[in-house]
Amino acid sequence: MERDALTLDGNAAAGLLGELFAIEMTAAVATCDACGTSGAIGGARVYGGEMGAIFRCATCDAVIVRLVRTSRGISFDARGMRCLVVAEASA
Amino acid sequence: MTSASVAAPPRMQWQIATVRAVVDETPRVRSLILDVPEWPGHRAGQHVDIRLTGEDGYRAQRSYSIASAPEAPDLAVTIERIDDGEVSPYLAANVQVGDRFEIRGPIGGYFVWTAPLGGPLFLIAGGSGIVPLMAMLRHRALVDSKTPTLLIHSSRGFEEIIFRNELERLATKEDGLTVYHTLTRRQPVGWSGGARRIDRDMLTGIGIPPAMTPRIYICGPTPLVESAARILSELGHEPGLIKTERFGPTGG
Repeated sequence: MERDALTLDGNAAAGLLGELFAIEMTAAVATCDACGTSGAIGGARVYGGEMGAIFRCATCDAVIVRLVRTSRGISFDARGMRCLVVAEASA
Repeated sequence: MTSASVAAPPRMQWQIATVRAVVDETPRVRSLILDVPEWPGHRAGQHVDIRLTGEDGYRAQRSYSIASAPEAPDLAVTIERIDDGEVSPYLAANVQVGDRFEIRGPIGGYFVWTAPLGGPLFLIAGGSGIVPLMAMLRHRALVDSKTPTLLIHSSRGFEEIIFRNELERLATKEDGLTVYHTLTRRQPVGWSGGARRIDRDMLTGIGIPPAMTPRIYICGPTPLVESAARILSELGHEPGLIKTERFGPTGG
Protein backbone atom coordinates (compact mmCIF):
# COMPACT_ATOMS: atom_id res chain seq x y z
CA MET A 1 0.00 0.00 0.00
CA GLU A 2 1.14 3.53 -0.63
CA ARG A 3 2.72 5.21 2.32
CA ASP A 4 0.25 8.08 2.22
CA ALA A 5 -2.70 5.76 2.59
CA LEU A 6 -1.23 4.41 5.80
CA THR A 7 -0.71 7.80 7.36
CA LEU A 8 -2.74 8.83 10.37
CA ASP A 9 -2.55 11.87 12.60
CA GLY A 10 -1.16 12.02 16.09
CA ASN A 11 -4.68 12.27 17.43
CA ALA A 12 -5.32 8.76 16.15
CA ALA A 13 -2.92 7.53 18.82
CA ALA A 14 -4.53 9.59 21.58
CA GLY A 15 -6.03 6.48 23.19
CA LEU A 16 -2.69 4.73 23.47
CA LEU A 17 -1.03 7.91 24.78
CA GLY A 18 -3.87 8.33 27.25
CA GLU A 19 -3.11 4.93 28.77
CA LEU A 20 0.32 6.25 29.64
CA PHE A 21 -0.09 9.93 30.49
CA ALA A 22 -2.50 11.70 32.80
CA ILE A 23 -2.40 14.82 30.64
CA GLU A 24 -3.90 15.13 27.17
CA MET A 25 -0.75 14.51 25.17
CA THR A 26 -2.03 15.23 21.66
CA ALA A 27 -2.35 18.93 22.52
CA ALA A 28 1.24 19.07 23.83
CA VAL A 29 3.78 20.74 21.54
CA ALA A 30 6.88 18.74 20.63
CA THR A 31 10.09 20.08 19.11
CA CYS A 32 11.63 17.75 16.54
CA ASP A 33 15.25 17.01 17.39
CA ALA A 34 16.17 16.65 13.72
CA CYS A 35 14.84 19.89 12.24
CA GLY A 36 13.87 21.97 15.27
CA THR A 37 10.29 22.55 14.15
CA SER A 38 7.64 22.62 16.87
CA GLY A 39 4.15 21.21 16.43
CA ALA A 40 1.35 19.58 18.37
CA ILE A 41 1.70 15.82 18.90
CA GLY A 42 -1.79 15.53 17.41
CA GLY A 43 -0.49 17.02 14.18
CA ALA A 44 2.42 14.61 13.79
CA ARG A 45 2.18 11.91 11.15
CA VAL A 46 1.42 8.60 12.76
CA TYR A 47 1.94 5.12 11.41
CA GLY A 48 0.62 2.20 13.36
CA GLY A 49 -2.38 1.08 15.30
CA GLU A 50 -3.53 -0.39 18.56
CA MET A 51 -0.28 -2.22 19.21
CA GLY A 52 1.91 0.79 18.77
CA ALA A 53 2.58 3.91 16.82
CA ILE A 54 5.49 5.71 15.21
CA PHE A 55 5.18 9.49 15.31
CA ARG A 56 6.99 11.38 12.58
CA CYS A 57 7.65 15.10 12.33
CA ALA A 58 5.09 16.69 9.98
CA THR A 59 7.85 18.92 8.57
CA CYS A 60 10.90 16.70 8.05
CA ASP A 61 9.47 13.20 8.58
CA ALA A 62 12.06 12.24 11.21
CA VAL A 63 10.83 9.84 13.90
CA ILE A 64 10.05 11.80 17.06
CA VAL A 65 8.35 9.14 19.20
CA ARG A 66 8.03 5.38 19.18
CA LEU A 67 5.20 4.07 21.30
CA VAL A 68 4.87 0.31 21.48
CA ARG A 69 2.71 -2.02 23.52
CA THR A 70 4.82 -5.00 24.63
CA SER A 71 4.20 -7.93 26.93
CA ARG A 72 6.07 -5.99 29.63
CA GLY A 73 4.12 -2.76 29.20
CA ILE A 74 3.94 0.32 27.05
CA SER A 75 7.33 1.47 25.80
CA PHE A 76 7.77 5.18 25.08
CA ASP A 77 10.92 6.14 23.17
CA ALA A 78 11.11 9.89 22.63
CA ARG A 79 14.72 10.34 21.60
CA GLY A 80 13.65 12.19 18.45
CA MET A 81 11.95 14.87 20.49
CA ARG A 82 14.07 17.70 21.83
CA CYS A 83 11.46 19.29 24.06
CA LEU A 84 7.81 18.90 25.00
CA VAL A 85 5.65 21.81 26.12
CA VAL A 86 2.36 21.19 27.90
CA ALA A 87 -0.04 24.11 28.34
CA GLU A 88 -0.73 24.56 32.04
CA ALA A 89 -4.49 24.48 31.56
CA SER A 90 -4.28 20.91 30.32
CA ALA A 91 -1.58 19.77 32.76
CA MET B 1 12.67 -5.82 41.24
CA THR B 2 9.08 -5.42 40.19
CA SER B 3 8.06 -3.44 37.16
CA ALA B 4 6.20 -0.21 37.71
CA SER B 5 2.55 -0.22 36.90
CA VAL B 6 0.50 2.87 36.26
CA ALA B 7 -3.20 3.34 36.86
CA ALA B 8 -4.86 4.75 33.77
CA PRO B 9 -6.43 8.21 34.09
CA PRO B 10 -10.21 7.98 34.62
CA ARG B 11 -11.08 9.00 31.06
CA MET B 12 -9.03 6.06 29.82
CA GLN B 13 -10.82 3.45 31.87
CA TRP B 14 -13.24 1.23 30.03
CA GLN B 15 -16.85 1.49 31.06
CA ILE B 16 -20.11 0.08 29.80
CA ALA B 17 -22.22 1.99 27.30
CA THR B 18 -25.83 1.00 26.70
CA VAL B 19 -27.50 1.80 23.39
CA ARG B 20 -30.58 3.89 24.18
CA ALA B 21 -31.62 4.74 20.62
CA VAL B 22 -30.57 4.18 17.04
CA VAL B 23 -30.98 6.76 14.27
CA ASP B 24 -30.49 5.86 10.62
CA GLU B 25 -28.77 8.80 8.92
CA THR B 26 -28.17 7.30 5.47
CA PRO B 27 -28.34 3.73 4.14
CA ARG B 28 -24.79 3.13 5.40
CA VAL B 29 -24.56 5.43 8.36
CA ARG B 30 -26.23 5.27 11.72
CA SER B 31 -26.07 7.24 14.95
CA LEU B 32 -26.13 5.55 18.32
CA ILE B 33 -27.41 7.41 21.35
CA LEU B 34 -25.52 6.00 24.31
CA ASP B 35 -26.04 5.90 28.03
CA VAL B 36 -22.68 6.05 29.76
CA PRO B 37 -23.20 6.45 33.52
CA GLU B 38 -19.82 8.00 34.32
CA TRP B 39 -19.47 10.15 31.20
CA PRO B 40 -17.15 13.03 32.17
CA GLY B 41 -18.22 15.36 29.34
CA HIS B 42 -16.31 16.20 26.19
CA ARG B 43 -15.30 18.90 23.73
CA ALA B 44 -16.40 19.09 20.11
CA GLY B 45 -14.06 17.10 17.88
CA GLN B 46 -13.04 14.45 20.39
CA HIS B 47 -13.51 10.74 19.87
CA VAL B 48 -14.14 7.58 21.87
CA ASP B 49 -12.73 4.10 21.65
CA ILE B 50 -15.31 1.32 21.44
CA ARG B 51 -14.32 -2.26 22.23
CA LEU B 52 -16.32 -5.35 21.38
CA THR B 53 -15.63 -8.73 22.94
CA GLY B 54 -16.83 -11.88 21.21
CA GLU B 55 -18.16 -14.96 23.00
CA ASP B 56 -14.78 -16.57 22.41
CA GLY B 57 -13.03 -13.65 24.10
CA TYR B 58 -11.75 -12.14 20.85
CA ARG B 59 -11.59 -8.37 21.13
CA ALA B 60 -11.72 -5.66 18.50
CA GLN B 61 -11.39 -1.96 19.16
CA ARG B 62 -12.00 1.12 17.00
CA SER B 63 -12.09 4.88 17.43
CA TYR B 64 -15.26 6.78 16.56
CA SER B 65 -15.88 10.51 16.57
CA ILE B 66 -18.43 11.94 18.94
CA ALA B 67 -21.28 13.54 16.97
CA SER B 68 -23.15 15.24 19.79
CA ALA B 69 -22.40 18.68 21.20
CA PRO B 70 -21.00 18.87 24.72
CA GLU B 71 -24.13 20.82 25.68
CA ALA B 72 -26.52 18.15 24.39
CA PRO B 73 -28.11 15.89 27.00
CA ASP B 74 -27.23 12.73 25.09
CA LEU B 75 -23.92 11.28 23.95
CA ALA B 76 -24.06 10.23 20.30
CA VAL B 77 -21.58 8.58 17.97
CA THR B 78 -22.19 8.28 14.24
CA ILE B 79 -20.78 5.26 12.46
CA GLU B 80 -20.38 4.35 8.81
CA ARG B 81 -20.61 0.69 7.91
CA ILE B 82 -17.42 -0.65 6.33
CA ASP B 83 -18.51 -3.94 4.76
CA ASP B 84 -15.37 -5.92 5.53
CA GLY B 85 -14.79 -4.20 8.87
CA GLU B 86 -14.67 -6.03 12.19
CA VAL B 87 -16.62 -3.58 14.30
CA SER B 88 -18.67 -1.22 12.15
CA PRO B 89 -20.98 -3.85 10.58
CA TYR B 90 -22.24 -4.60 14.08
CA LEU B 91 -22.41 -0.99 15.27
CA ALA B 92 -23.88 0.42 12.06
CA ALA B 93 -26.22 -2.41 11.12
CA ASN B 94 -26.92 -5.13 13.69
CA VAL B 95 -26.83 -3.23 16.95
CA GLN B 96 -30.10 -3.01 18.88
CA VAL B 97 -31.47 -0.79 21.59
CA GLY B 98 -30.35 -2.18 24.93
CA ASP B 99 -27.10 -3.65 23.61
CA ARG B 100 -24.04 -2.99 25.73
CA PHE B 101 -20.38 -2.64 24.88
CA GLU B 102 -17.24 -1.08 26.31
CA ILE B 103 -16.33 2.54 25.72
CA ARG B 104 -13.58 4.90 26.90
CA GLY B 105 -13.06 8.58 26.42
CA PRO B 106 -13.32 11.34 25.55
CA ILE B 107 -10.00 11.09 23.74
CA GLY B 108 -7.94 13.67 21.90
CA GLY B 109 -7.28 17.32 22.64
CA TYR B 110 -5.89 18.42 19.29
CA PHE B 111 -8.71 18.21 16.75
CA VAL B 112 -11.01 20.23 18.97
CA TRP B 113 -12.92 23.48 18.56
CA THR B 114 -14.69 25.36 21.30
CA ALA B 115 -16.53 28.64 20.73
CA PRO B 116 -14.06 30.78 22.75
CA LEU B 117 -11.33 29.86 20.23
CA GLY B 118 -13.26 32.00 17.72
CA GLY B 119 -12.84 31.91 14.00
CA PRO B 120 -13.54 32.25 11.25
CA LEU B 121 -14.10 28.52 11.21
CA PHE B 122 -13.39 26.66 7.97
CA LEU B 123 -14.54 23.04 8.03
CA ILE B 124 -13.89 20.50 5.30
CA ALA B 125 -15.48 17.06 5.41
CA GLY B 126 -15.31 14.00 3.21
CA GLY B 127 -18.17 11.54 3.76
CA SER B 128 -18.44 10.50 7.39
CA GLY B 129 -15.59 12.92 8.15
CA ILE B 130 -18.49 15.26 8.85
CA VAL B 131 -19.04 13.63 12.26
CA PRO B 132 -16.53 15.51 14.47
CA LEU B 133 -17.24 18.69 12.49
CA MET B 134 -20.96 18.21 13.17
CA ALA B 135 -20.18 18.16 16.88
CA MET B 136 -18.48 21.55 16.36
CA LEU B 137 -21.47 22.94 14.42
CA ARG B 138 -23.93 21.65 17.02
CA HIS B 139 -21.80 23.14 19.78
CA ARG B 140 -21.63 26.43 17.88
CA ALA B 141 -25.42 26.51 17.53
CA LEU B 142 -26.15 25.52 21.14
CA VAL B 143 -23.93 28.25 22.59
CA ASP B 144 -25.35 30.81 20.11
CA SER B 145 -21.94 31.47 18.62
CA LYS B 146 -21.97 33.79 15.60
CA THR B 147 -18.48 32.74 14.52
CA PRO B 148 -18.36 33.06 10.72
CA THR B 149 -18.23 29.47 9.55
CA LEU B 150 -17.97 27.70 6.23
CA LEU B 151 -18.48 23.97 5.80
CA ILE B 152 -17.47 22.29 2.55
CA HIS B 153 -18.92 18.81 2.63
CA SER B 154 -18.07 16.26 -0.04
CA SER B 155 -20.37 13.24 -0.47
CA ARG B 156 -20.83 10.71 -3.24
CA GLY B 157 -24.51 11.37 -3.89
CA PHE B 158 -27.41 13.36 -2.49
CA GLU B 159 -28.84 10.47 -0.46
CA GLU B 160 -25.42 9.90 1.07
CA ILE B 161 -25.14 13.37 2.59
CA ILE B 162 -24.93 12.67 6.31
CA PHE B 163 -26.92 15.13 8.49
CA ARG B 164 -28.36 16.76 5.34
CA ASN B 165 -31.60 17.99 6.92
CA GLU B 166 -29.97 19.22 10.10
CA LEU B 167 -27.25 21.05 8.16
CA GLU B 168 -29.96 22.71 6.09
CA ARG B 169 -31.76 23.85 9.25
CA LEU B 170 -28.55 25.16 10.80
CA ALA B 171 -27.64 27.06 7.63
CA THR B 172 -31.02 28.83 7.45
CA LYS B 173 -30.56 30.39 10.90
CA GLU B 174 -28.52 33.17 9.26
CA ASP B 175 -26.08 33.21 12.15
CA GLY B 176 -22.96 33.20 10.01
CA LEU B 177 -22.91 29.56 8.88
CA THR B 178 -22.57 28.69 5.20
CA VAL B 179 -22.83 25.07 4.04
CA TYR B 180 -21.57 24.07 0.61
CA HIS B 181 -22.15 20.52 -0.62
CA THR B 182 -20.27 18.89 -3.43
CA LEU B 183 -21.39 15.53 -4.87
CA THR B 184 -18.62 13.55 -6.50
CA ARG B 185 -20.48 10.73 -8.23
CA ARG B 186 -24.17 11.47 -8.78
CA GLN B 187 -25.97 14.80 -8.76
CA PRO B 188 -29.75 15.16 -8.75
CA VAL B 189 -31.41 17.09 -11.57
CA GLY B 190 -31.13 20.82 -10.95
CA TRP B 191 -28.31 20.38 -8.39
CA SER B 192 -26.76 23.75 -7.64
CA GLY B 193 -23.87 22.67 -5.44
CA GLY B 194 -20.49 21.31 -6.44
CA ALA B 195 -20.22 18.31 -8.76
CA ARG B 196 -16.62 17.18 -8.28
CA ARG B 197 -14.03 16.38 -5.66
CA ILE B 198 -12.73 19.18 -3.47
CA ASP B 199 -9.94 20.77 -5.50
CA ARG B 200 -7.81 23.89 -5.70
CA ASP B 201 -10.38 25.85 -7.74
CA MET B 202 -13.09 25.07 -5.18
CA LEU B 203 -10.92 25.98 -2.20
CA THR B 204 -9.79 29.18 -3.91
CA GLY B 205 -13.22 30.11 -5.24
CA ILE B 206 -15.40 29.62 -2.18
CA GLY B 207 -12.92 28.94 0.64
CA ILE B 208 -12.13 31.44 3.37
CA PRO B 209 -9.01 33.32 2.21
CA PRO B 210 -5.73 33.06 4.16
CA ALA B 211 -5.85 36.78 4.99
CA MET B 212 -8.79 36.06 7.31
CA THR B 213 -6.69 33.47 9.19
CA PRO B 214 -9.46 30.92 9.60
CA ARG B 215 -9.13 27.94 11.92
CA ILE B 216 -9.28 24.97 9.56
CA TYR B 217 -10.44 21.45 10.43
CA ILE B 218 -10.30 18.76 7.77
CA CYS B 219 -11.66 15.26 8.35
CA GLY B 220 -12.23 12.42 5.93
CA PRO B 221 -10.46 9.73 3.95
CA THR B 222 -6.69 10.15 3.95
CA PRO B 223 -6.35 11.18 0.25
CA LEU B 224 -8.96 13.94 0.64
CA VAL B 225 -7.35 15.20 3.83
CA GLU B 226 -3.83 15.14 2.38
CA SER B 227 -4.93 16.94 -0.75
CA ALA B 228 -7.01 19.64 0.95
CA ALA B 229 -4.34 20.29 3.60
CA ARG B 230 -1.62 20.58 0.98
CA ILE B 231 -3.62 22.96 -1.21
CA LEU B 232 -4.60 25.17 1.73
CA SER B 233 -1.01 25.30 2.90
CA GLU B 234 0.13 26.26 -0.62
CA LEU B 235 -2.54 28.96 -0.75
CA GLY B 236 -0.84 30.54 2.27
CA HIS B 237 -2.80 29.32 5.27
CA GLU B 238 -0.69 29.03 8.42
CA PRO B 239 0.15 25.31 8.91
CA GLY B 240 -0.53 25.66 12.64
CA LEU B 241 -4.14 26.63 11.89
CA ILE B 242 -4.77 23.58 9.69
CA LYS B 243 -5.83 20.59 11.77
CA THR B 244 -6.45 17.25 10.18
CA GLU B 245 -8.01 13.95 11.11
CA ARG B 246 -7.42 11.15 8.64
CA PHE B 247 -9.48 7.99 8.67
CA GLY B 248 -6.55 5.97 7.37
CA PRO B 249 -6.85 2.46 5.99
CA THR B 250 -8.00 0.59 9.06
CA GLY B 251 -11.49 1.94 9.61
CA GLY B 252 -14.21 -0.52 10.19
